[in-house]
Amino acid sequence: MNILQKQYSVLPGFGLTFGLSLFWLCLIVLIPFAVLFGQAGQLGLNHFLEIVTSERVLHSLKITFGTSLAAVLVNLVFGLITAWVLVRYQFPGKKIVDAFIDLPFALPTAVAGIALTTLYAPNGLIGQVLQKFDIKVAFTPVGITVALIFISLPFIVRTVQPVLEDLEVELEDAATCLGASRWQIFANVIFPAITPALLTGAAMAFARAAGEYGSVIFIAGNIPLVSEITPLLITAKLEQFDYKGATAIAVTMLFISFLVLLLINLIQRWSNRRYGMN
Amino acid sequence: MSHSTTPDFRTEQPLTRWILTAIALAFVFIFIALPLFLIFSEAISKGFEFYQATIMHSDAMAAISLTLLTAAIAVPLNVVFGACAAWAITHFKFRGKSFLITLIDLPFSVSPVVAGLMYLLLFGSQSTLGTWLIEHDYKIIFAVPGIVIATTFVTFPFVARELIPLMQAQGSDEEHAAMVLGANGFQAFLKVTLPKIKWGLLYGIILTNARAMGEFGAVSVISGHIRGATNTIPLHVEILYNEFNITGAFVCASVLALLAIATLVIKTIIEWRQNKLVARSLARTKSAQTVFAMPARQVATAS
Repeated sequence: MNILQKQYSVLPGFGLTFGLSLFWLCLIVLIPFAVLFGQAGQLGLNHFLEIVTSERVLHSLKITFGTSLAAVLVNLVFGLITAWVLVRYQFPGKKIVDAFIDLPFALPTAVAGIALTTLYAPNGLIGQVLQKFDIKVAFTPVGITVALIFISLPFIVRTVQPVLEDLEVELEDAATCLGASRWQIFANVIFPAITPALLTGAAMAFARAAGEYGSVIFIAGNIPLVSEITPLLITAKLEQFDYKGATAIAVTMLFISFLVLLLINLIQRWSNRRYGMN
Repeated sequence: MSHSTTPDFRTEQPLTRWILTAIALAFVFIFIALPLFLIFSEAISKGFEFYQATIMHSDAMAAISLTLLTAAIAVPLNVVFGACAAWAITHFKFRGKSFLITLIDLPFSVSPVVAGLMYLLLFGSQSTLGTWLIEHDYKIIFAVPGIVIATTFVTFPFVARELIPLMQAQGSDEEHAAMVLGANGFQAFLKVTLPKIKWGLLYGIILTNARAMGEFGAVSVISGHIRGATNTIPLHVEILYNEFNITGAFVCASVLALLAIATLVIKTIIEWRQNKLVARSLARTKSAQTVFAMPARQVATAS
Protein backbone atom coordinates (compact mmCIF):
# COMPACT_ATOMS: atom_id res chain seq x y z
CA MET A 1 0.00 0.00 0.00
CA ASN A 2 1.45 3.27 -1.10
CA ILE A 3 -0.18 6.37 0.28
CA LEU A 4 1.10 8.86 -2.24
CA GLN A 5 0.11 6.85 -5.27
CA LYS A 6 -3.30 5.64 -4.13
CA GLN A 7 -4.55 8.69 -2.34
CA TYR A 8 -8.20 7.79 -2.23
CA SER A 9 -7.92 4.10 -1.61
CA VAL A 10 -5.30 3.87 1.12
CA LEU A 11 -7.98 3.37 3.75
CA PRO A 12 -9.44 -0.12 3.71
CA GLY A 13 -13.00 -1.17 4.25
CA PHE A 14 -14.66 0.38 1.23
CA GLY A 15 -16.06 -2.94 0.05
CA LEU A 16 -17.34 -3.85 3.49
CA THR A 17 -18.85 -0.51 4.48
CA PHE A 18 -20.25 0.32 1.05
CA GLY A 19 -21.62 -3.19 0.67
CA LEU A 20 -23.29 -3.16 4.08
CA SER A 21 -24.74 0.31 3.49
CA LEU A 22 -26.13 -0.68 0.12
CA PHE A 23 -27.52 -3.95 1.46
CA TRP A 24 -29.27 -2.21 4.35
CA LEU A 25 -30.51 0.56 2.07
CA CYS A 26 -32.03 -1.97 -0.33
CA LEU A 27 -33.62 -3.99 2.45
CA ILE A 28 -35.17 -1.15 4.40
CA VAL A 29 -35.80 1.53 1.78
CA LEU A 30 -35.45 0.49 -1.86
CA ILE A 31 -37.33 -2.82 -1.94
CA PRO A 32 -40.38 -1.41 -0.11
CA PHE A 33 -40.36 1.54 -2.50
CA ALA A 34 -40.15 -0.77 -5.49
CA VAL A 35 -43.08 -2.78 -4.17
CA LEU A 36 -45.17 0.38 -3.70
CA PHE A 37 -44.50 1.61 -7.22
CA GLY A 38 -44.92 -1.91 -8.62
CA GLN A 39 -48.36 -2.17 -7.05
CA ALA A 40 -49.29 1.28 -8.32
CA GLY A 41 -48.15 0.25 -11.80
CA GLN A 42 -50.47 -2.75 -11.76
CA LEU A 43 -53.48 -0.51 -11.24
CA GLY A 44 -53.51 0.82 -14.76
CA LEU A 45 -53.66 4.49 -15.61
CA ASN A 46 -57.45 4.81 -15.79
CA HIS A 47 -58.11 3.12 -12.49
CA PHE A 48 -55.29 5.12 -10.89
CA LEU A 49 -56.69 8.43 -12.10
CA GLU A 50 -60.19 7.42 -11.09
CA ILE A 51 -59.05 6.88 -7.49
CA VAL A 52 -56.85 9.95 -7.32
CA THR A 53 -59.31 12.40 -8.86
CA SER A 54 -62.19 11.47 -6.58
CA GLU A 55 -63.52 14.45 -4.66
CA ARG A 56 -62.44 13.20 -1.26
CA VAL A 57 -58.82 12.57 -2.35
CA LEU A 58 -58.48 15.89 -4.14
CA HIS A 59 -59.86 17.74 -1.14
CA SER A 60 -57.51 15.95 1.27
CA LEU A 61 -54.53 16.81 -0.96
CA LYS A 62 -55.62 20.43 -0.98
CA ILE A 63 -55.88 20.46 2.81
CA THR A 64 -52.58 18.63 3.34
CA PHE A 65 -50.46 20.77 1.05
CA GLY A 66 -52.35 23.99 1.81
CA THR A 67 -51.96 23.72 5.57
CA SER A 68 -48.31 22.65 5.16
CA LEU A 69 -47.62 25.72 3.06
CA ALA A 70 -49.36 27.97 5.58
CA ALA A 71 -47.38 26.45 8.46
CA VAL A 72 -44.08 26.87 6.60
CA LEU A 73 -44.87 30.51 5.79
CA VAL A 74 -45.70 31.26 9.43
CA ASN A 75 -42.48 29.57 10.50
CA LEU A 76 -40.42 31.41 7.90
CA VAL A 77 -41.42 34.68 9.56
CA PHE A 78 -41.44 33.69 13.23
CA GLY A 79 -38.66 31.12 12.90
CA LEU A 80 -36.42 33.75 11.36
CA ILE A 81 -37.25 36.23 14.13
CA THR A 82 -36.58 33.54 16.75
CA ALA A 83 -33.25 32.57 15.18
CA TRP A 84 -32.30 36.24 14.89
CA VAL A 85 -33.11 36.98 18.53
CA LEU A 86 -31.26 33.86 19.71
CA VAL A 87 -28.11 34.74 17.75
CA ARG A 88 -27.96 38.51 18.14
CA TYR A 89 -29.56 39.53 21.42
CA GLN A 90 -28.95 38.76 25.06
CA PHE A 91 -31.74 38.07 27.50
CA PRO A 92 -32.13 35.98 30.67
CA GLY A 93 -33.02 32.36 30.05
CA LYS A 94 -31.74 32.45 26.48
CA LYS A 95 -29.93 29.11 26.75
CA ILE A 96 -33.08 27.35 27.98
CA VAL A 97 -35.18 28.84 25.17
CA ASP A 98 -32.49 27.76 22.71
CA ALA A 99 -32.50 24.20 24.04
CA PHE A 100 -36.29 23.94 23.91
CA ILE A 101 -36.48 24.93 20.24
CA ASP A 102 -35.68 21.27 19.51
CA LEU A 103 -38.61 19.97 21.56
CA PRO A 104 -40.74 19.20 18.47
CA PHE A 105 -37.90 16.94 17.21
CA ALA A 106 -37.79 15.03 20.47
CA LEU A 107 -41.45 14.98 21.51
CA PRO A 108 -43.45 12.11 20.00
CA THR A 109 -46.04 13.41 17.56
CA ALA A 110 -48.99 11.74 19.25
CA VAL A 111 -48.08 13.48 22.51
CA ALA A 112 -47.88 16.83 20.74
CA GLY A 113 -51.22 16.05 19.10
CA ILE A 114 -53.19 15.47 22.29
CA ALA A 115 -51.51 18.41 24.05
CA LEU A 116 -52.32 20.86 21.24
CA THR A 117 -55.87 19.53 20.94
CA THR A 118 -56.50 20.01 24.66
CA LEU A 119 -55.04 23.54 24.46
CA TYR A 120 -57.08 24.64 21.46
CA ALA A 121 -60.34 22.79 22.14
CA PRO A 122 -63.26 25.17 22.89
CA ASN A 123 -62.83 24.49 26.63
CA GLY A 124 -59.03 24.52 26.49
CA LEU A 125 -56.58 27.13 27.77
CA ILE A 126 -56.13 28.94 24.46
CA GLY A 127 -59.39 27.75 22.88
CA GLN A 128 -61.41 29.55 25.57
CA VAL A 129 -59.75 32.86 24.79
CA LEU A 130 -60.13 32.41 21.04
CA GLN A 131 -63.77 31.45 21.36
CA LYS A 132 -64.55 34.88 22.81
CA PHE A 133 -63.43 36.28 19.46
CA ASP A 134 -65.44 33.56 17.71
CA ILE A 135 -62.33 31.88 16.33
CA LYS A 136 -62.41 28.10 16.05
CA VAL A 137 -59.08 26.31 15.84
CA ALA A 138 -59.47 22.72 16.98
CA PHE A 139 -61.25 20.42 14.50
CA THR A 140 -60.74 22.84 11.58
CA PRO A 141 -57.96 23.29 8.99
CA VAL A 142 -56.61 26.08 11.23
CA GLY A 143 -56.01 23.46 13.91
CA ILE A 144 -54.09 21.33 11.40
CA THR A 145 -51.94 24.36 10.61
CA VAL A 146 -51.26 24.92 14.32
CA ALA A 147 -50.03 21.32 14.70
CA LEU A 148 -47.85 21.66 11.60
CA ILE A 149 -46.37 24.94 12.86
CA PHE A 150 -45.37 23.08 16.02
CA ILE A 151 -43.68 20.14 14.31
CA SER A 152 -41.90 22.17 11.61
CA LEU A 153 -40.69 25.02 13.85
CA PRO A 154 -37.15 23.71 14.55
CA PHE A 155 -36.36 23.07 10.88
CA ILE A 156 -36.31 26.76 9.97
CA VAL A 157 -34.70 28.01 13.20
CA ARG A 158 -31.96 25.37 13.17
CA THR A 159 -30.98 25.85 9.53
CA VAL A 160 -30.87 29.66 9.73
CA GLN A 161 -29.17 29.92 13.15
CA PRO A 162 -25.68 28.65 12.18
CA VAL A 163 -25.63 30.82 9.05
CA LEU A 164 -26.54 33.91 11.08
CA GLU A 165 -23.79 33.04 13.56
CA ASP A 166 -21.14 32.73 10.86
CA LEU A 167 -22.14 35.91 9.05
CA GLU A 168 -19.23 38.32 8.59
CA VAL A 169 -19.98 41.39 10.68
CA GLU A 170 -17.34 43.24 8.63
CA LEU A 171 -19.81 43.35 5.74
CA GLU A 172 -22.35 45.04 7.98
CA ASP A 173 -19.69 47.47 9.22
CA ALA A 174 -18.85 48.33 5.63
CA ALA A 175 -22.54 48.88 4.84
CA THR A 176 -22.88 51.10 7.92
CA CYS A 177 -19.87 53.14 6.83
CA LEU A 178 -21.48 53.56 3.43
CA GLY A 179 -24.51 55.04 5.16
CA ALA A 180 -26.99 52.15 5.08
CA SER A 181 -29.71 51.95 7.69
CA ARG A 182 -30.17 48.78 9.77
CA TRP A 183 -33.19 47.82 7.69
CA GLN A 184 -31.26 48.35 4.44
CA ILE A 185 -28.43 46.22 5.81
CA PHE A 186 -30.88 43.47 6.70
CA ALA A 187 -32.65 43.57 3.34
CA ASN A 188 -29.56 43.91 1.14
CA VAL A 189 -26.71 42.29 3.07
CA ILE A 190 -28.06 39.81 5.59
CA PHE A 191 -31.20 38.51 3.91
CA PRO A 192 -29.51 37.42 0.64
CA ALA A 193 -26.88 35.58 2.70
CA ILE A 194 -29.43 33.59 4.67
CA THR A 195 -31.86 32.96 1.79
CA PRO A 196 -30.36 29.55 0.84
CA ALA A 197 -30.56 28.41 4.46
CA LEU A 198 -34.15 29.66 4.73
CA LEU A 199 -35.08 27.74 1.60
CA THR A 200 -33.38 24.56 2.82
CA GLY A 201 -35.22 24.85 6.12
CA ALA A 202 -38.50 25.55 4.33
CA ALA A 203 -38.03 22.48 2.10
CA MET A 204 -37.37 20.17 5.05
CA ALA A 205 -40.21 21.71 7.04
CA PHE A 206 -42.61 21.32 4.13
CA ALA A 207 -41.66 17.69 3.48
CA ARG A 208 -42.13 16.89 7.14
CA ALA A 209 -45.41 18.79 7.46
CA ALA A 210 -47.00 17.25 4.37
CA GLY A 211 -46.37 13.73 5.65
CA GLU A 212 -47.27 14.45 9.26
CA TYR A 213 -49.87 12.18 10.80
CA GLY A 214 -49.57 11.74 14.57
CA SER A 215 -49.93 15.32 15.73
CA VAL A 216 -52.60 16.21 13.16
CA ILE A 217 -55.19 13.46 13.54
CA PHE A 218 -56.15 14.51 17.06
CA ILE A 219 -56.60 18.21 16.38
CA ALA A 220 -58.06 17.89 12.87
CA GLY A 221 -61.38 16.35 13.76
CA ASN A 222 -60.98 14.33 10.55
CA ILE A 223 -64.21 15.33 8.86
CA PRO A 224 -64.14 14.16 5.20
CA LEU A 225 -64.16 17.08 2.75
CA VAL A 226 -63.46 19.52 5.60
CA SER A 227 -60.44 18.62 7.70
CA GLU A 228 -59.22 15.26 6.43
CA ILE A 229 -55.51 15.04 5.57
CA THR A 230 -54.16 12.66 2.95
CA PRO A 231 -52.17 10.38 5.32
CA LEU A 232 -55.37 9.85 7.30
CA LEU A 233 -57.27 9.02 4.12
CA ILE A 234 -54.62 6.38 3.40
CA THR A 235 -55.19 4.76 6.79
CA ALA A 236 -58.96 4.96 6.26
CA LYS A 237 -58.55 3.05 2.98
CA LEU A 238 -56.34 0.49 4.72
CA GLU A 239 -58.93 -0.09 7.41
CA GLN A 240 -61.38 -1.03 4.65
CA PHE A 241 -58.65 -3.28 3.15
CA ASP A 242 -58.67 -1.09 0.04
CA TYR A 243 -54.94 -1.54 -0.57
CA LYS A 244 -55.20 -0.37 -4.18
CA GLY A 245 -56.79 2.92 -3.21
CA ALA A 246 -54.22 3.47 -0.47
CA THR A 247 -51.36 2.72 -2.89
CA ALA A 248 -52.62 5.14 -5.53
CA ILE A 249 -53.03 7.96 -3.00
CA ALA A 250 -49.63 7.28 -1.44
CA VAL A 251 -47.87 7.41 -4.81
CA THR A 252 -49.63 10.66 -5.69
CA MET A 253 -48.55 12.18 -2.38
CA LEU A 254 -44.93 11.11 -2.89
CA PHE A 255 -45.02 12.53 -6.40
CA ILE A 256 -46.29 15.95 -5.26
CA SER A 257 -43.78 16.05 -2.37
CA PHE A 258 -40.86 15.33 -4.70
CA LEU A 259 -42.13 17.93 -7.16
CA VAL A 260 -42.19 20.56 -4.41
CA LEU A 261 -38.72 19.57 -3.18
CA LEU A 262 -37.41 19.75 -6.75
CA LEU A 263 -38.93 23.20 -7.16
CA ILE A 264 -37.35 24.48 -3.95
CA ASN A 265 -34.04 22.96 -5.06
CA LEU A 266 -34.25 24.87 -8.34
CA ILE A 267 -35.07 28.14 -6.55
CA GLN A 268 -32.11 27.50 -4.28
CA ARG A 269 -29.74 26.98 -7.20
CA TRP A 270 -31.06 30.13 -8.81
CA SER A 271 -30.55 32.16 -5.64
CA ASN A 272 -27.06 30.67 -5.14
CA ARG A 273 -26.10 31.73 -8.63
CA ARG A 274 -27.67 35.13 -8.26
CA TYR A 275 -26.06 35.99 -4.95
CA GLY A 276 -22.83 34.12 -5.65
CA MET A 277 -22.90 31.90 -2.58
CA ASN A 278 -20.96 28.62 -2.79
CA MET B 1 -21.80 32.36 20.52
CA SER B 2 -22.32 35.55 22.46
CA HIS B 3 -21.80 38.98 21.05
CA SER B 4 -21.56 40.75 24.37
CA THR B 5 -19.06 43.31 23.14
CA THR B 6 -21.05 44.23 20.03
CA PRO B 7 -20.78 47.97 19.38
CA ASP B 8 -24.05 49.87 19.08
CA PHE B 9 -23.94 50.57 15.37
CA ARG B 10 -23.95 46.84 14.70
CA THR B 11 -27.34 46.34 16.26
CA GLU B 12 -30.86 47.70 16.14
CA GLN B 13 -32.60 50.39 18.16
CA PRO B 14 -33.40 49.22 21.71
CA LEU B 15 -37.13 49.36 20.94
CA THR B 16 -36.77 47.16 17.84
CA ARG B 17 -34.65 44.72 19.82
CA TRP B 18 -37.21 44.62 22.58
CA ILE B 19 -40.15 44.04 20.21
CA LEU B 20 -38.37 41.28 18.26
CA THR B 21 -37.35 39.52 21.48
CA ALA B 22 -40.93 39.76 22.77
CA ILE B 23 -42.33 38.30 19.53
CA ALA B 24 -39.85 35.42 19.56
CA LEU B 25 -40.46 34.63 23.22
CA ALA B 26 -44.24 34.80 22.82
CA PHE B 27 -44.03 32.47 19.80
CA VAL B 28 -41.86 29.95 21.66
CA PHE B 29 -44.05 30.23 24.75
CA ILE B 30 -47.33 29.58 22.93
CA PHE B 31 -46.08 26.84 20.63
CA ILE B 32 -43.57 25.03 22.83
CA ALA B 33 -43.69 25.90 26.53
CA LEU B 34 -47.47 25.87 26.92
CA PRO B 35 -48.08 22.42 25.34
CA LEU B 36 -45.22 20.95 27.38
CA PHE B 37 -46.55 22.45 30.59
CA LEU B 38 -50.05 21.21 29.79
CA ILE B 39 -48.89 17.59 29.38
CA PHE B 40 -47.56 17.46 32.93
CA SER B 41 -50.35 19.46 34.55
CA GLU B 42 -52.98 17.20 32.94
CA ALA B 43 -51.03 14.06 33.84
CA ILE B 44 -51.02 14.83 37.57
CA SER B 45 -54.49 16.38 37.63
CA LYS B 46 -56.04 13.24 39.16
CA GLY B 47 -53.32 12.79 41.72
CA PHE B 48 -50.30 10.59 42.14
CA GLU B 49 -52.24 7.37 42.77
CA PHE B 50 -54.06 7.60 39.46
CA TYR B 51 -50.73 8.29 37.78
CA GLN B 52 -49.17 5.22 39.32
CA ALA B 53 -52.17 3.01 38.58
CA THR B 54 -52.17 4.06 34.90
CA ILE B 55 -48.46 3.35 34.50
CA MET B 56 -48.64 0.06 36.39
CA HIS B 57 -51.60 -1.19 34.33
CA SER B 58 -50.59 -4.34 32.46
CA ASP B 59 -51.39 -2.83 29.03
CA ALA B 60 -49.26 0.23 29.78
CA MET B 61 -46.38 -1.91 31.05
CA ALA B 62 -46.60 -4.09 27.92
CA ALA B 63 -46.52 -0.93 25.79
CA ILE B 64 -43.48 0.39 27.64
CA SER B 65 -41.53 -2.84 27.30
CA LEU B 66 -42.41 -3.14 23.60
CA THR B 67 -41.25 0.45 23.02
CA LEU B 68 -37.95 -0.26 24.82
CA LEU B 69 -37.47 -3.49 22.85
CA THR B 70 -38.14 -1.74 19.53
CA ALA B 71 -35.63 1.00 20.26
CA ALA B 72 -33.09 -1.55 21.52
CA ILE B 73 -33.18 -3.30 18.12
CA ALA B 74 -33.71 -0.40 15.70
CA VAL B 75 -31.14 1.99 17.17
CA PRO B 76 -28.06 -0.30 17.08
CA LEU B 77 -28.95 -1.45 13.54
CA ASN B 78 -29.06 2.15 12.33
CA VAL B 79 -25.88 3.05 14.20
CA VAL B 80 -23.97 0.30 12.39
CA PHE B 81 -25.50 1.35 9.09
CA GLY B 82 -24.84 5.03 9.73
CA ALA B 83 -21.18 4.44 10.62
CA CYS B 84 -20.65 2.21 7.54
CA ALA B 85 -22.33 4.68 5.21
CA ALA B 86 -20.38 7.61 6.66
CA TRP B 87 -17.05 5.72 6.35
CA ALA B 88 -17.72 4.77 2.72
CA ILE B 89 -18.99 8.22 1.74
CA THR B 90 -16.41 10.39 3.48
CA HIS B 91 -13.21 8.38 2.93
CA PHE B 92 -13.65 7.30 -0.68
CA LYS B 93 -14.41 8.80 -4.02
CA PHE B 94 -16.87 6.88 -6.11
CA ARG B 95 -19.53 7.46 -8.70
CA GLY B 96 -23.07 8.11 -7.59
CA LYS B 97 -22.04 9.30 -4.13
CA SER B 98 -24.48 12.20 -4.02
CA PHE B 99 -27.21 9.89 -5.31
CA LEU B 100 -26.47 7.53 -2.42
CA ILE B 101 -26.78 10.43 0.05
CA THR B 102 -30.13 11.37 -1.51
CA LEU B 103 -31.35 7.79 -1.10
CA ILE B 104 -30.26 7.74 2.55
CA ASP B 105 -32.26 10.94 3.14
CA LEU B 106 -35.33 9.52 1.40
CA PRO B 107 -37.14 8.31 4.55
CA PHE B 108 -37.20 11.92 5.81
CA SER B 109 -39.46 13.04 2.99
CA VAL B 110 -41.82 10.06 3.12
CA SER B 111 -44.92 10.20 5.26
CA PRO B 112 -44.71 7.64 8.08
CA VAL B 113 -48.11 6.37 6.97
CA VAL B 114 -46.77 5.69 3.48
CA ALA B 115 -43.81 3.89 5.07
CA GLY B 116 -46.20 1.65 6.98
CA LEU B 117 -48.19 1.05 3.81
CA MET B 118 -45.06 -0.03 1.90
CA TYR B 119 -44.37 -2.76 4.45
CA LEU B 120 -48.02 -3.84 4.44
CA LEU B 121 -47.76 -4.29 0.68
CA LEU B 122 -44.43 -6.12 0.99
CA PHE B 123 -45.32 -8.52 3.81
CA GLY B 124 -49.14 -8.50 3.69
CA SER B 125 -51.23 -11.53 2.83
CA GLN B 126 -51.93 -10.33 -0.72
CA SER B 127 -48.25 -10.46 -1.76
CA THR B 128 -46.24 -13.54 -2.76
CA LEU B 129 -43.82 -13.02 0.10
CA GLY B 130 -46.75 -12.54 2.48
CA THR B 131 -48.39 -15.84 1.47
CA TRP B 132 -45.07 -17.64 1.91
CA LEU B 133 -44.67 -16.09 5.36
CA ILE B 134 -48.17 -17.16 6.38
CA GLU B 135 -47.57 -20.70 5.13
CA HIS B 136 -44.45 -20.95 7.24
CA ASP B 137 -46.11 -19.22 10.19
CA TYR B 138 -43.80 -16.21 10.31
CA LYS B 139 -45.55 -13.13 11.58
CA ILE B 140 -44.30 -9.72 10.53
CA ILE B 141 -47.38 -7.61 9.89
CA PHE B 142 -49.46 -6.91 13.01
CA ALA B 143 -46.58 -8.26 15.08
CA VAL B 144 -43.38 -7.09 16.73
CA PRO B 145 -41.02 -7.61 13.71
CA GLY B 146 -43.17 -5.28 11.60
CA ILE B 147 -43.04 -2.59 14.28
CA VAL B 148 -39.25 -2.90 14.49
CA ILE B 149 -38.82 -2.72 10.70
CA ALA B 150 -41.12 0.32 10.37
CA THR B 151 -39.24 2.06 13.19
CA THR B 152 -35.94 1.28 11.51
CA PHE B 153 -37.23 2.90 8.33
CA VAL B 154 -38.30 6.19 9.93
CA THR B 155 -35.05 6.48 11.92
CA PHE B 156 -32.88 5.31 9.01
CA PRO B 157 -31.09 8.59 8.09
CA PHE B 158 -30.42 10.10 11.54
CA VAL B 159 -26.99 8.65 12.41
CA ALA B 160 -25.61 8.84 8.85
CA ARG B 161 -26.88 12.40 8.52
CA GLU B 162 -25.11 13.40 11.72
CA LEU B 163 -21.82 11.65 10.89
CA ILE B 164 -21.33 12.45 7.19
CA PRO B 165 -20.86 16.26 7.50
CA LEU B 166 -18.78 15.79 10.66
CA MET B 167 -16.40 13.25 9.10
CA GLN B 168 -16.25 15.24 5.89
CA ALA B 169 -15.11 18.32 7.82
CA GLN B 170 -12.49 16.32 9.69
CA GLY B 171 -10.98 14.77 6.57
CA SER B 172 -9.04 11.50 6.34
CA ASP B 173 -5.52 12.67 7.25
CA GLU B 174 -5.39 11.13 10.71
CA GLU B 175 -6.78 7.84 9.44
CA HIS B 176 -4.06 7.86 6.78
CA ALA B 177 -1.47 8.48 9.49
CA ALA B 178 -2.83 5.57 11.50
CA MET B 179 -2.51 3.29 8.46
CA VAL B 180 1.12 4.36 7.97
CA LEU B 181 1.80 3.55 11.59
CA GLY B 182 0.57 0.02 10.93
CA ALA B 183 -3.03 0.04 12.13
CA ASN B 184 -5.60 -2.02 10.30
CA GLY B 185 -8.83 -0.43 9.11
CA PHE B 186 -10.85 -1.47 12.12
CA GLN B 187 -8.20 -0.15 14.52
CA ALA B 188 -8.09 3.12 12.59
CA PHE B 189 -11.84 3.45 13.00
CA LEU B 190 -11.90 2.48 16.66
CA LYS B 191 -8.89 4.46 17.86
CA VAL B 192 -8.77 7.42 15.48
CA THR B 193 -12.18 8.03 13.94
CA LEU B 194 -14.39 7.10 16.87
CA PRO B 195 -12.79 9.52 19.38
CA LYS B 196 -13.18 12.30 16.82
CA ILE B 197 -16.83 11.62 16.07
CA LYS B 198 -18.06 10.35 19.43
CA TRP B 199 -20.14 13.40 20.32
CA GLY B 200 -21.71 13.59 16.89
CA LEU B 201 -22.39 9.88 17.04
CA LEU B 202 -23.96 10.18 20.49
CA TYR B 203 -26.12 13.03 19.20
CA GLY B 204 -27.23 10.84 16.31
CA ILE B 205 -28.00 7.99 18.70
CA ILE B 206 -30.19 10.07 21.02
CA LEU B 207 -32.07 11.58 18.06
CA THR B 208 -32.63 8.09 16.63
CA ASN B 209 -33.73 6.83 20.02
CA ALA B 210 -36.18 9.69 20.59
CA ARG B 211 -37.76 9.13 17.20
CA ALA B 212 -37.76 5.34 17.58
CA MET B 213 -39.59 5.48 20.90
CA GLY B 214 -42.04 8.13 19.73
CA GLU B 215 -42.88 6.93 16.23
CA PHE B 216 -46.62 6.85 15.68
CA GLY B 217 -47.77 6.89 12.04
CA ALA B 218 -45.74 4.03 10.58
CA VAL B 219 -46.14 1.85 13.65
CA SER B 220 -49.85 2.61 13.81
CA VAL B 221 -50.39 1.33 10.27
CA ILE B 222 -48.39 -1.85 10.72
CA SER B 223 -49.19 -2.83 14.31
CA GLY B 224 -52.86 -3.78 14.03
CA HIS B 225 -53.37 -2.23 17.49
CA ILE B 226 -53.48 -5.46 19.44
CA ARG B 227 -53.72 -4.46 23.08
CA GLY B 228 -51.00 -5.72 25.34
CA ALA B 229 -49.26 -7.32 22.35
CA THR B 230 -48.46 -4.84 19.59
CA ASN B 231 -49.05 -1.52 21.30
CA THR B 232 -46.19 0.90 21.81
CA ILE B 233 -46.50 3.82 24.24
CA PRO B 234 -47.60 6.34 21.57
CA LEU B 235 -50.30 3.92 20.37
CA HIS B 236 -51.39 3.35 23.95
CA VAL B 237 -51.73 7.13 24.35
CA GLU B 238 -54.04 7.19 21.33
CA ILE B 239 -56.20 4.32 22.63
CA LEU B 240 -56.64 5.92 26.06
CA TYR B 241 -57.42 9.27 24.44
CA ASN B 242 -60.04 7.78 22.13
CA GLU B 243 -61.66 6.04 25.10
CA PHE B 244 -62.03 9.50 26.68
CA ASN B 245 -59.57 8.55 29.41
CA ILE B 246 -57.89 11.91 28.76
CA THR B 247 -55.95 12.01 32.01
CA GLY B 248 -54.72 8.46 31.44
CA ALA B 249 -53.57 9.44 27.96
CA PHE B 250 -51.65 12.38 29.42
CA VAL B 251 -50.07 10.14 32.06
CA CYS B 252 -48.56 7.94 29.35
CA ALA B 253 -47.79 11.04 27.29
CA SER B 254 -45.88 12.51 30.22
CA VAL B 255 -43.57 9.47 30.23
CA LEU B 256 -42.72 10.21 26.59
CA ALA B 257 -42.41 13.93 27.33
CA LEU B 258 -39.88 13.12 30.08
CA LEU B 259 -37.95 11.10 27.52
CA ALA B 260 -38.03 14.10 25.18
CA ILE B 261 -36.75 16.42 27.90
CA ALA B 262 -33.98 13.95 28.77
CA THR B 263 -33.04 13.90 25.08
CA LEU B 264 -32.85 17.69 25.00
CA VAL B 265 -30.74 17.80 28.16
CA ILE B 266 -28.25 15.24 26.81
CA LYS B 267 -28.16 17.10 23.51
CA THR B 268 -27.43 20.40 25.27
CA ILE B 269 -24.64 18.79 27.31
CA ILE B 270 -23.13 17.33 24.13
CA GLU B 271 -23.18 20.72 22.41
CA TRP B 272 -21.67 22.35 25.46
CA ARG B 273 -18.88 19.75 25.57
CA GLN B 274 -18.29 20.16 21.86
CA ASN B 275 -18.02 23.93 22.14
CA LYS B 276 -15.57 23.51 24.99
CA LEU B 277 -13.50 21.05 22.98
CA VAL B 278 -13.44 23.39 20.00
CA ALA B 279 -12.43 26.29 22.23
CA ARG B 280 -9.71 24.18 23.84
CA SER B 281 -8.27 22.89 20.59
CA LEU B 282 -8.29 26.43 19.20
CA ALA B 283 -6.46 27.65 22.28
CA ARG B 284 -3.74 25.08 21.78
CA THR B 285 -1.94 24.92 18.50
CA LYS B 286 -3.80 22.75 16.08
CA SER B 287 -2.00 19.44 16.21
CA ALA B 288 -2.93 15.84 15.77
CA GLN B 289 -2.07 15.32 19.43
CA THR B 290 -5.30 16.89 20.66
CA VAL B 291 -7.26 14.43 18.59
CA PHE B 292 -5.33 11.40 19.80
CA ALA B 293 -5.47 12.52 23.42
CA MET B 294 -9.23 12.11 23.75
CA PRO B 295 -10.52 9.04 25.57
CA ALA B 296 -11.93 6.49 23.16
CA ARG B 297 -13.90 3.90 25.07
CA GLN B 298 -17.13 5.56 26.20
CA VAL B 299 -18.94 5.62 22.89
CA ALA B 300 -17.80 2.13 21.92
CA THR B 301 -19.72 0.79 24.90
CA ALA B 302 -22.65 3.17 24.45
CA SER B 303 -23.32 1.98 20.94
